[in-house]
Amino acid sequence: MEIVLALAIGVLTGSGVWLLLRPRTFQIIMGLSLLSYAVNLFIFSMGRLGLQLGKVPVLAPHAPQDLQHYADPLPQALVLTAIVIGFAMTALFLVVLLASRGMSGTDHVDGSHSRDRQEMP
Amino acid sequence: MNAAAWLDAAGRLMPHLMLAPIALPLLTAALMLLLREEHQRTKLALNLLSTLAGLGVALALLAWSAHTGQASTLGVYLPGNWPAPFGIVLALDRLAALMLVLTSFVALASIVFAASRWHRAGVHFHVLFQFQLMGLAGAFLTADLFNLFVFFEILLAASYGLLLHGSGRARVQAGLHYIAINLAASSLFLIGVSMLYGITGTLNMADLARAIPGVAEGDRGLLHAAAGILGTAFLIKAAVWPLNFWLVPAYSAATAPVGALFALMTKVGVYALLRLWTLLFGSGAGDSALLGGTWLMVGGMLTMVFGAIGMLGSQRTTHQAGYAAVLSSGTLLAAAGFGQAGLTAALLYYLPSSTLAVAALFLLADLIERWRNDGTRTDADDEDAPFLSAELLPGPGVNLDDAEEVLIGRVIPAAAAFLGLAFLVCTLVIAGLPPLSGFVGKVAMLWAVLHPLGLGASADMPPGAAGWTLLALMLGTGLLALIALTRTGMRHFWAAQDRAALRLRVVEGLPIAALLAACVWLTVQAGPVMAFTEATARALHTPEVYVRAVMEAAPLASPAPAATPQEAP
Repeated sequence: MEIVLALAIGVLTGSGVWLLLRPRTFQIIMGLSLLSYAVNLFIFSMGRLGLQLGKVPVLAPHAPQDLQHYADPLPQALVLTAIVIGFAMTALFLVVLLASRGMSGTDHVDGSHSRDRQEMP
Repeated sequence: MNAAAWLDAAGRLMPHLMLAPIALPLLTAALMLLLREEHQRTKLALNLLSTLAGLGVALALLAWSAHTGQASTLGVYLPGNWPAPFGIVLALDRLAALMLVLTSFVALASIVFAASRWHRAGVHFHVLFQFQLMGLAGAFLTADLFNLFVFFEILLAASYGLLLHGSGRARVQAGLHYIAINLAASSLFLIGVSMLYGITGTLNMADLARAIPGVAEGDRGLLHAAAGILGTAFLIKAAVWPLNFWLVPAYSAATAPVGALFALMTKVGVYALLRLWTLLFGSGAGDSALLGGTWLMVGGMLTMVFGAIGMLGSQRTTHQAGYAAVLSSGTLLAAAGFGQAGLTAALLYYLPSSTLAVAALFLLADLIERWRNDGTRTDADDEDAPFLSAELLPGPGVNLDDAEEVLIGRVIPAAAAFLGLAFLVCTLVIAGLPPLSGFVGKVAMLWAVLHPLGLGASADMPPGAAGWTLLALMLGTGLLALIALTRTGMRHFWAAQDRAALRLRVVEGLPIAALLAACVWLTVQAGPVMAFTEATARALHTPEVYVRAVMEAAPLASPAPAATPQEAP
């Protein structure tokens, strides 16, 4: 399971960074979204005792109260905050992206047509 | 009110007063959101009042933190009443108090400046402004990494809105780049924070400082990688070269009061680096001691060069102000990288003075550009290459030579004289020429480089290659900044051009005068201020005190202990 998760994070990050470096605003926002998914998964995997598959951070009446029997609750709290913040920022970026598209008439990140054609054959 | 009265007031309200710099802007902003956009004057009044009250609170906190001699009584506040490693902690020491006062002061100046016209350029200016202040205050006060992330996001979210305030193509374009790079930086921040949690099992800064010397040998490489990733996120905010190409377009596209406030934003990055680096990787951190100091130093030096050359190469005053912010940030980072208490004390003196001067320069640049374009609409927004614009070059009719007859006997209007004098003071502080605070700060830094252990103890210790480089760079960049600003000053104030007399309103002159008066005050009061920054630097370089104060902060006893069920031991 670890290798699957690690590969998923790696692929998401790689695609995210590649898209982030592209000249179109739409590619940038996709890249940022992929990057934030990768980061969220990464935070999730950073619990104290590894992935803790099949466990929850909710106290159960019978299990002893140590981390062997529960998932680490802290990364879950962190990831929740990170998701909310990342979502809000992506929404904001989308608005700026549309404003930029409307004002410059192109979706190139620098808002210029000439360079646009050179870089995007 | 004198210092004793501030102290008395602060002493009675501590530790709850520590929450005020965060809660006050939050509540004000929430209240202002309820008001419709037509109530612009009410919002302005609320914003001014809140910022003024914030300045009062910050001054009281500064007096309190400066008074508590040995830092063992560091202000620690447990908002959730949980003991330190488990709950959220706010911590107030001299550095945080200093940054709070600086923030409130610059914010007050820029809101007064905005009151003349800029705050009407778009919606929700005052709300965003208060949220920005909340984020800044929170970032300075928080004592755990995840809240640092949250407050960073608050201040960044507000800054996105403020940058776009007034709209226009240049702002949207610069905002697009600014948001993209900051979102990427936030991802790095989160990766670094979660890696640190994975390795040490804590996010509380004090607890981290305790855990780092004992990290298993196999995990140490991972720890350093985490610190590096986290540091990169802060370095992007602190505008280190080569991560600072977003800064000048963004800051110069922003409206003037926002630009002045943004002069603080790079300092947040510097603050976070200084705080975390001294706390987590100080000399007591075992195998990780002074990790990355060389990187900080070299990065800072390259940033200084970049900033100085940028100042020289730019023709617009707003661009120059942006590069001045880069230069100041580079100087601070290079000096911080040495990890010497004496140098840290000097840089903490240089930090407020350079921030005030850069903020004043942003405000001045707005007035100068308005004066230059008096009556004509500025088309800066649609320019292709702002650095090589023909309209900014002196034309054939412009008289740059002071020996020519035309200029002699000309009456200088009072507003132009004020602007010229203010520009002169800005130049002196930014270039570091005597007699103002920029000079005092630079001399203090050079002195600390030459005498790393104090005057007597370091007689046989030459500064070394890094020290000499910093010395040469500080003098060289000062010279370049001087040349660049002098050229701008000559073009704007000495050259005879056909333009109407400048109409300057009091609310525009006042904040600039206040910012520069603060620089003069820093010069006059250099002794006490240096004593304060020396105590701050000593506290920063002995993090044990901070760690102990935070970890030993006891939660308040419950008012009715019998009624509450006890936790299982």
